[in-house]
Amino acid sequence: MANKIDPSWLRESAAFSRPVIREIQRAAREGIYDIRGGGAKRTVPTFDDLLFLGASVSRYPLEGYREKCDTGVTLGTRFAQKPLELSIPITIAGMSFGALSAQAKEALGRGASEVGTSTTTGDGGMTPEERGQSRYLVYQYLPSRYGMNPVDLRKADAIEVVVGQGAKPGGGGMLLGQKISDRVAGMRNLPQGIDQRSACRHPDWTGPDDLEIKILELREITDWQVPVFVKVGATRTFFDVQLAVKAGADVVVVDGMQGGTAATQDVFIEHVGIPTLPATRLAVDALKDLGMHREVQLIVSGGIRSGADVAKALALGADAVSIGTAALIAMGDNAPEYEEEYNRIGTSAGYYDDWQEGRDPTGISTQDEALGRRLDPVKAGHRLANYLRVLTLELQTLARAAGKTDVHNLEPEDMVALTVEAAAMARIPLAGTDWIPGQGGF
Amino acid sequence: MPSFDLQDAGVRELNAYLHSDGSADQAVTVEHPGGKHNVAAGAMHDTRVDIHGHVGYYCAGMNDRALVTVHGNAGPGLAENMMGGEVRVRGNASQYCGATAHGGLLVVEGDAAARCGISMKGVNIVVGGSIGHMSAFMAQSGILVVCGDAGDSLGDSIYEARIYVRGRVSGLGADCIEKELGEGHAAELGALLERAGMDPDPSGFRRYGSARQLYNFRIDNVSAY
Ligand SMILES: Cc1cc2nc3c(=O)[nH]c(=O)nc-3n(C[C@H](O)[C@H](O)[C@H](O)COP(=O)(O)O)c2cc1C
Repeated sequence: MANKIDPSWLRESAAFSRPVIREIQRAAREGIYDIRGGGAKRTVPTFDDLLFLGASVSRYPLEGYREKCDTGVTLGTRFAQKPLELSIPITIAGMSFGALSAQAKEALGRGASEVGTSTTTGDGGMTPEERGQSRYLVYQYLPSRYGMNPVDLRKADAIEVVVGQGAKPGGGGMLLGQKISDRVAGMRNLPQGIDQRSACRHPDWTGPDDLEIKILELREITDWQVPVFVKVGATRTFFDVQLAVKAGADVVVVDGMQGGTAATQDVFIEHVGIPTLPATRLAVDALKDLGMHREVQLIVSGGIRSGADVAKALALGADAVSIGTAALIAMGDNAPEYEEEYNRIGTSAGYYDDWQEGRDPTGISTQDEALGRRLDPVKAGHRLANYLRVLTLELQTLARAAGKTDVHNLEPEDMVALTVEAAAMARIPLAGTDWIPGQGGF
Repeated sequence: MPSFDLQDAGVRELNAYLHSDGSADQAVTVEHPGGKHNVAAGAMHDTRVDIHGHVGYYCAGMNDRALVTVHGNAGPGLAENMMGGEVRVRGNASQYCGATAHGGLLVVEGDAAARCGISMKGVNIVVGGSIGHMSAFMAQSGILVVCGDAGDSLGDSIYEARIYVRGRVSGLGADCIEKELGEGHAAELGALLERAGMDPDPSGFRRYGSARQLYNFRIDNVSAY
């Protein structure tokens, strides 16, 4: 009989923790890197490391629920004849049909429309379900150009040229064969059941000078009606934002390293790019340096979960935020009701991130028709709308407490940092001091 | 017959006209394009457009239905993402011509530079001269015909597109192989050459396509990724 082990005797290695050991064992067994969905799991400096000061003797607050605190935002005021007028500064990020089921795409459109905000297509083109249910639909222009056509382009309320994503700046994509249904294959002009690679860079332009001409082409094709966004993964953010502005973007979208993905190598998700917190500050610096802050709108994304995250992004100078993962969770992803089914596919509610496999019991990240039917687009859309309302109420609560009649009046001065790292990255003083690392001596 | 002199009129005016219903069944001439970009981008009606001179980037981009002829040379991205209709260049075309194009016929009477037909998704492309390296990279469907030579890495990571080359191929890209050219292929090739206004004789051409070894990830193929 084996000796009884007292768990308190066991000392786990920090370097070779159980997840690390498990990954080495898996790699040795399968001979391929780990591909998964979701964003970075490691701890990085985030908006949680900032706090609002709230009103005091020198500032007075607004009455919660009573005094006006505007949340509307207009995106694309620079060149477009029809900028996007959104009721809240929280948009739904691009997530592809292919990665997500048609029901999930429809639900995203319903939820966003219910609260007056926009949703975004993704790699794979525009589906009638999402166009039909989305009051404001942003059409992504991606390297793969899957499903790209001028008819849908002209149906879009805005165009988003995707240069990169926070989860994988510099990387392309892969939709595994098991998720390639006939419909997905048809929209992408490829045979059913084969892996579909999405290129990491655009096929017909390379540097910022080409991008400028490309943006003009898109404007010409759409007769200068709708705004053109440029989305970049957060890396050399200051320069990327400036180049995007010089190339003629109406709106720049900066996606931090925590940003979710449908399917990317874990090594990429965890080790490439910079967090959303410093990226937001760098992007605002870049716009201010050009005298374009508020002329070109800034959307930030990557790890936005709460109204506090939204408020802090806005206070640093963003015009809006975008959400992906949180929207999927609000619709039902990782719901505890499906615990047994999660167990059957080797995971547990709260941990499921194999969105690339297409076996999602909630019917969200799948192309399996039976699974997809489990998601009621009306109910899931309503849950998303509720969640967006909560984010907005939380945002207004914080803005009112800081005495602001518009959430966009939040400013860096309303915040302090909890950690030296966050103080340095956000350029916000460390709480209780007037010290910003790197500024004004020690 | 509507005419646009791009020395005076803007490209925007021309394109707006080509998007208007009034341009249907019209023959439009464009003078002095002067290498301007985005000339005749997004044309969407049965319009005949004759451009007299050289054009810059993305001429006839996303063309749907129109018949666009450039009596000169074309810059990068000619007829990118074209959906239908016909685009013809009497001279040479720069890189990425016909990129991601979904349909229609693209004819380059001279040479086409690198990445011709990159990621093509159903278009038919006929090049009278030679093409540069990395052409038909990730080409998904459609036909690329080259009467001259092809540069390095032809058809790298190709899917279901078919390539016919009469001259020398410097090298084939990953997963692209020479395939038998059967009777059906010869007929398809001859018809396409004829439509393009080239010598319709298919003899001397070789066919290339996907070995389909990289369609689903296999660790044994790791050196190819
Ligand atoms: C399932 C899924 C699919 C995605 N597909 C795309 C896509 O097609 N194009 C794109 O630009 N970004 C894509 N993204 C990234 C999102 O647009 C966004 O940048 C990211 O989700 C934001 O971070 P968050 O998930 O932490 O909110 C996807 C993200 C997820 C979770």
